[in-house]
Amino acid sequence: MTATVDMTPPLPAEPGPVPDRSSAPKNLAVGQKLWAWLGVAPFFVFALMFLLLPTVYLLVGAFQDADGHFTLQNLADLFTPTILSAYWISIKVSVASALVGAVIGFFLAYAVVLGGLPAWLRPTLMTFSGVASQFAGLPLAFSFLATLGRTGLVTVLLRDLFGFNLYGTGFNLLSFWGLTLTYLYFQIPLMVLILTPALDGLKKEWGEAAQVLGASQKQYWTMVAMPILFPSLLGATLLLFANSFGAIATAYALTGSSLNIVTILLYAQIRGDVLHNQNLGYALALGMILITGLSNGTYIWLRGRAERWMR
Amino acid sequence: MKQSKIGSWIAFIIGTLYFIVPLIGTFEFSMRMKRGEYSFEAYRVVFSDPNFQQTFLYSTLMGLITIVIGVVLVVPTAYFIQLRLPRLRPVVEFITLLPLVMPAIVIVFGYLRLYNSSSWIPLTANARATDLLLAFSYVTLALPYMYRAVETGMRAIDVRTLTEAAEVLGAKLPTILFKVIFPNVRVAILSGAFLTFAIVIGEFTMASLLNRPAFGPYLQLIGANRAYEPSALAIIAFLITWACMGLINVFGQARQMKRST
Repeated sequence: MTATVDMTPPLPAEPGPVPDRSSAPKNLAVGQKLWAWLGVAPFFVFALMFLLLPTVYLLVGAFQDADGHFTLQNLADLFTPTILSAYWISIKVSVASALVGAVIGFFLAYAVVLGGLPAWLRPTLMTFSGVASQFAGLPLAFSFLATLGRTGLVTVLLRDLFGFNLYGTGFNLLSFWGLTLTYLYFQIPLMVLILTPALDGLKKEWGEAAQVLGASQKQYWTMVAMPILFPSLLGATLLLFANSFGAIATAYALTGSSLNIVTILLYAQIRGDVLHNQNLGYALALGMILITGLSNGTYIWLRGRAERWMR
Repeated sequence: MKQSKIGSWIAFIIGTLYFIVPLIGTFEFSMRMKRGEYSFEAYRVVFSDPNFQQTFLYSTLMGLITIVIGVVLVVPTAYFIQLRLPRLRPVVEFITLLPLVMPAIVIVFGYLRLYNSSSWIPLTANARATDLLLAFSYVTLALPYMYRAVETGMRAIDVRTLTEAAEVLGAKLPTILFKVIFPNVRVAILSGAFLTFAIVIGEFTMASLLNRPAFGPYLQLIGANRAYEPSALAIIAFLITWACMGLINVFGQARQMKRST
């Protein structure tokens, strides 16, 4: 996704046309700048109208009561059991799917980049990861229902071949772990996509240098490779967190409203004001922006640090 | 060293199983519609459902409109940022990353409040205007990917020299943009476009909350009411995603080959 972007330094300031006796070139430069500003204007107008203003509207609304007066009551009302538990389940699912996705994704990326597997496996895995990381939403939920639902292929096979009753063990696809397992289908590939360039950035020379200096394989990993990879790893994990925190369609199709995650609560609030307070809905959105904003902000900051080693 | 190779194989095989099994499971389930035998009945039912055709057509059209708006917004912006306004680059990058920060449901919530039928720009007042709003919301979803694709493409060509050469030859700005820059970043635009299409085609949240007859809400309806059709639809959706990603790869490789010769 975004992590592969090369951050070439911004272009040097425009040298401008060669200074001339007349003022014509200066006018030309001013004209060019004017056209440039006109050229980027639609983008900024669009961003203002369809990204910034709608958000600001919600943020302001979160601090107002029904009559438009300033209040902190909406924020205080977020700390009621229903809403807190919705946030909590969302955070739990996102943390679980981000951490598990990060670990498995790391090992998969490691396996194809450094693990000595046949070279043709790598492009295959990358292409598949590209597809699977976008294969989210409703079709993903349908897939897992068809596989691990009560009459799904795996459930049936386990029962008929091994006499193993999956649902007898307390497993349920429409639960916290079921949702986490499903989210992993796009989380792991996303991790692979983000981490592969970082693993590529581990230069052979570093390993050789460590070896020459007498470091063991373990020492190389704990004292050289991991410190370098850490910002990428942590950053990618945070991105995975935000990715599942904002997701709704998969959970909605999988669990209906039986698993009350915060996006589903907000969906219900938008549709039918289930909280019986419009402004509390705005506060709910504000809380979500804060959580994903914090995690993404840290990601962007960490990416900047990680790129120092990518030159 | 030998041991780590075994570990790699284990990681790879477990990963492969996790990703392949649900696809097999889905495919098998989608074939079960007729009792006692495997058949493509579920697919036949899906394809002959007029609602499938209409919603799919609607979402395809939405995808195309989104791509056009996205390209028209992003290409000139990336061009001018690269060439004349490099100082604005961090601002533009921040804006294009915003949709990753803000959950889609929050963005559309804002639209519903800001552009409702009694507001200053009542975009939700009639169907056509709401379609436009939905397209705009999709543009925001696709913005991080579209911008990154185009910007990478723009960096790979020498924008400055191309522009100056065109200027010396007497070309005006529109000519430069449409006849010089566009063709040179065509591959980047295409990969952004296919990714956009993959995102838009099955999108649920925005279409559902804006009440438009798109493919996503149709999927949800079928998922809630039918047994076998959802699996068939999941396979179809997977194939569409696969086709989009495959096309990105094909175009990308074609470009690399052209460079190396």
